[in-house]
Amino acid sequence: MRLLTARLSTRLSRGRRGKYAGSVVMLLGLLVTGGAYAVLAPAQASDEAAAQSTVDDGRALFLIGCASCHGKNGEGISTQAGTQYGPPLAGVGAAAVDFQVGTGRMPLARPGVQAPVKDVVYTDAEIESLAAFVASLGAGPAIPEQDAYDPLAIPEDELNEAIVRGGQFFRTNCTACHNFAGAGGALSYGKYAPALDGVTPKHIYEALITGPQQMPVFSDGVLKPEEKRDIIAYLESVEASPDYGGSSLGSIGPVSEGIAGWLVGIGTLVGFCVWIASSSTRSKKGKP
Amino acid sequence: MTTNGATAAKAKKASPVGSAANWVDERVGLATLAKKQVRKVFPDHWSFMLGEIALWSFVVLLLTGTFLTLWFKPSMAEVVYNGSYDQLRGMHMSESYASTLDISFDVRGGLLMRQMHHWAALIFIASMLVHLLRVYFTGAFRKPRELNWVIGCLLLLLGTLEGFTGYSLPDDLLSGTGLRAADGFVKSIPVVGTYVSFFLFDGEFPGDAIISRLYTAHVLLLPGVLLALVGAHMLLLVFHKHTQWPGPGRTEQNVVGYPLLPVYAAKAGGFFFIVFGITALMGALMTINPIWRIGPYDPSQVTAGSQPDWYMGWPDGALRIFPGWETSLFGFTIPWNVFLPIIVLPGVMFTILLMLPFIETWITGDKRDHHLLERPRDAPNRTATMVALMTFYGLLWAAGGNDVLALVFNMSLNNIIYFMRVMVFLGPVLAFIIARRWCISLQRADENRILHGYETGVIMRSPEGAYAEKHLPVSADEAFTLTARDRDPIMAAPTEADENGVAARKVHLNRLRYKLNQWWYSHNVQKPTAGELEEARHHAEHELAVHQGEIGHSADGHQFDGRSDTQNESPRQH
Amino acid sequence: MSDHTTDVATREPADEPIPNPGLHEHQPRPTDVDEAAEKRAERQIAAFFGLSALFAILFVVAYFSFEIGGEPDLIMGYGASNLTLGLSLGLALLLIGIGAIQWARKLMSDVEIVEMRHPAASPPEDRAIAISSFEAGVEESGIARRPLIRNSMLAALGALGLPLIVGLRDLGPAPGSALAETVWRRGMRLVNDVSGAPIRPGEVEIGQLINGEPAVFFRNDEEGEPLYEGVELNQAKAKAAIIMVRMRPEEITPAEGRENWGIDGILCFSKICTHVGCPISLWEQQTHHLLCPCHQSTFDLADNGKVLFGPAARALPQLPLMVDDEGYLVAQSDFNEPVGPSYWERG
Repeated sequence: MRLLTARLSTRLSRGRRGKYAGSVVMLLGLLVTGGAYAVLAPAQASDEAAAQSTVDDGRALFLIGCASCHGKNGEGISTQAGTQYGPPLAGVGAAAVDFQVGTGRMPLARPGVQAPVKDVVYTDAEIESLAAFVASLGAGPAIPEQDAYDPLAIPEDELNEAIVRGGQFFRTNCTACHNFAGAGGALSYGKYAPALDGVTPKHIYEALITGPQQMPVFSDGVLKPEEKRDIIAYLESVEASPDYGGSSLGSIGPVSEGIAGWLVGIGTLVGFCVWIASSSTRSKKGKP
Repeated sequence: MTTNGATAAKAKKASPVGSAANWVDERVGLATLAKKQVRKVFPDHWSFMLGEIALWSFVVLLLTGTFLTLWFKPSMAEVVYNGSYDQLRGMHMSESYASTLDISFDVRGGLLMRQMHHWAALIFIASMLVHLLRVYFTGAFRKPRELNWVIGCLLLLLGTLEGFTGYSLPDDLLSGTGLRAADGFVKSIPVVGTYVSFFLFDGEFPGDAIISRLYTAHVLLLPGVLLALVGAHMLLLVFHKHTQWPGPGRTEQNVVGYPLLPVYAAKAGGFFFIVFGITALMGALMTINPIWRIGPYDPSQVTAGSQPDWYMGWPDGALRIFPGWETSLFGFTIPWNVFLPIIVLPGVMFTILLMLPFIETWITGDKRDHHLLERPRDAPNRTATMVALMTFYGLLWAAGGNDVLALVFNMSLNNIIYFMRVMVFLGPVLAFIIARRWCISLQRADENRILHGYETGVIMRSPEGAYAEKHLPVSADEAFTLTARDRDPIMAAPTEADENGVAARKVHLNRLRYKLNQWWYSHNVQKPTAGELEEARHHAEHELAVHQGEIGHSADGHQFDGRSDTQNESPRQH
Repeated sequence: MSDHTTDVATREPADEPIPNPGLHEHQPRPTDVDEAAEKRAERQIAAFFGLSALFAILFVVAYFSFEIGGEPDLIMGYGASNLTLGLSLGLALLLIGIGAIQWARKLMSDVEIVEMRHPAASPPEDRAIAISSFEAGVEESGIARRPLIRNSMLAALGALGLPLIVGLRDLGPAPGSALAETVWRRGMRLVNDVSGAPIRPGEVEIGQLINGEPAVFFRNDEEGEPLYEGVELNQAKAKAAIIMVRMRPEEITPAEGRENWGIDGILCFSKICTHVGCPISLWEQQTHHLLCPCHQSTFDLADNGKVLFGPAARALPQLPLMVDDEGYLVAQSDFNEPVGPSYWERG
């Protein structure tokens, strides 16, 4: 039995030699591979139903996503040379996990001097489980209550005073690394203090109490919880403030202002100079 | 009109303006002055307007600055802030900071004027720098204009100081940190450092006098000197007349251009409004120095990204990359790490800048008047010198923003500093060599154009198979412009003694001078003589003799200077 | 190579390879020959000026329309007053300028005019007259013949320099030993800046950074007035500001004599950089490096504040700590060296 008639085979072979034949094959290949992966790949964590926040769920997640650097029991892993590969997690507390995983810093995509903010990989429930597991490894800072960090918890009539005081704490403790507008700043050897816009109040509080990476710890014993909340209130209020004078140019300071002055100012003015001294069109009409 | 109105005007019926002019003339003899200046000729080129940007932005600074003085309080007395800006209400701060907040938030148009004033300041100094570069690269500083160069350099220095005193007035965290650093700079001066510091600040830093003292300097003393120097600068310009580019009709003895009234009055006057307008647009659209976010000055606070304004960037960069050298002897300390980059280096750089015309005259021995400008390529060593200085300046300027560079471009702060420590020495040397060779090769290209004409893009093939591109002579205008420059002067080799046997003085100095002179003009391509030009033209005739092709006769090299008949050919328009 | 027989001082016209073609004949612009083009240009320029006047009026409207202050009017997230005032003012000015320039370029005569230069030097006759007049004047004054008058005059004028210089003496006090001391004394408590709260060692965690001040800045006198405020507070703060950090004790290598300057790994250093005096508080808790934001001097606080990198030359001064009866951290004494930037008399 012939499956292909002569006419059909001619048509097919003509199609195979057509201009777009290669692209079509490629497209089909991609669709098939992608589809097969989607159907056949092992179930992702996000496919599971929301699990209850138990230490065991956390351990299960930890073993998949974190143990390769932090060790199966969070004991930390050192390299052969004796330097740290992944730090031990006993005592960092649930707050550290909530901050690191909640901002996408962890899991770390590749080793480097700094863990950058990137897309969050885990759901809120999973982060809770991970935090619970790590908290079980050793006592550490707990995830703060909402009233501790939410500026809305400040009574209305005290709000402005809190904002002003928060600004004073901010300029004393934070601007040296993070800059006056929270735009970030450079540290040594490629490290940096990140920009603060868009960071949630809870994460700011957690960063203050856990001191992630190079950031120092600001314990509740010295920088009281209300004072931390004041700082957060100040940051929220300036973030909500308009740019009174026009584009803020990144709030980096005189460097960006100088660049703008040269490029925009001198640039347009020299452009005008060229126009002013240029000769006008000449007429072909000849003299009157 | 091809004259400048030098003949007497006919008497007209008395008009209001005329009677007013009469009244003034009868008291100050205005007409004698006016008769020469009203139709004064100025040449036209965009690069001649760069100094005008500086002039007009200075006027903008005076106007906007006067507005600000009506509300600003230059006092360090502590007040409690009760203005509109909520985030600072109830805080203790100096009166100068509080009054700046008031100008920004409680005076309509106040924020605009503050921003316009600051943008105009940045433009003022930038345009002076650009103008300086133009003057240097075109050789406009040569005799008789060396004094104007000196005045210009002083204007640049004073402008920088004016800017520094100005942005320190609001007493905010950023500029206060700058003053703190300035105190450290001053303390590093040997022997008298602490006295200068205590006299400047009326005691220990920060004291309560510095803001009002800077105010006096910024509003009275420095503008006074600036105005006087700007006036002198303009007077010399009027007296010497402006330089001009070589071209048809232009010689060392004339100025070709347009009259002051009406053309330059319109162009320069119009440009003032343009500078003012652009400054206003910048003040409308871009925030500069948001002191309300930065906060009031506190000696225990600092912000990341602490830089001075751009024009102080290069000494700041020198300060950042300098190694930590300090000497302690017999109970006295000399902090070289501060003293050298921030006190000595700017002084040395400024002195070099000031002396450039005189150094060049000493090397070249050229004592002629120069009113025609030189293309940068025609003075390779001069151009290369300034390129090297610019490279040095630029690297230090970038080093001054090293932490911002590290943050924005994700680089290692320390590596930037190591890089800069090497490049500030290597870079200028490389830049000098490259710029010089580039100029010389451009000169050679020019010589080719004059002698052999321009490339037409028409390829011709001889019967033997050889390919040749047809060249046609450049237009007479271009040929003249390219050859309108001077030949390099010759310096006689220094002798031990002159012909009468009298021993020469300063033998070593003269020998050095001669060596520098020879090196200065080495590899310079001189313009061809009339004989060489003729030879080249007829050489072209021989070359093209076989390529008669479409034109039916060989090119004899005199196509477009009126000496031979051209029928179907037209030179390329430039 | 061309010949070099030319003398430096002269420019021989015969040597010029190409003669000066002279000024070109003027080529007219459309507005020079075409009535319609001229009228169009006139209208365009008038339109610019008219538009400028319109924007000037808009400025007045914007001035009175938009609120500033605590609750300003906004346009697209920017302050409306600044934006509209600036745009209207800017365009009003710019359009006058553009109109004037267009007037010059399109309508004013652009026939090139030639003016002759004159040498900058005065003519020799003028010089001669000037010199002889000057000499006559000097001769009549007799200053050359009367050295007594001349010298005494110079001495008198020179002596005027003294009042000028001395008159400025009270610009400021002599430095004395002011720079070598701070307000820190034995037993003075360290407090958290801004809040003024004293600190117990137990409250300080490993990796912590505290920006601190001497407690005396937050105390009042008998009348309830602050002991330090205004200028005095700022002057004292500029030397007395400190930072405290806590590290694991095994990571610290104290210098000889400094073994008891820390409490359980809590160390206290001056916050004022030894380079030019900026406050430092960029504490990298894992590397123990303290980085100054101004010029990037880096200090190792685990190693007595030694300079690791950058332009600072001297280590950061350390404040010795102890604990008082109530358990709060206090200073053992003032710093053992001057704080802040180096100066000549520092020693």
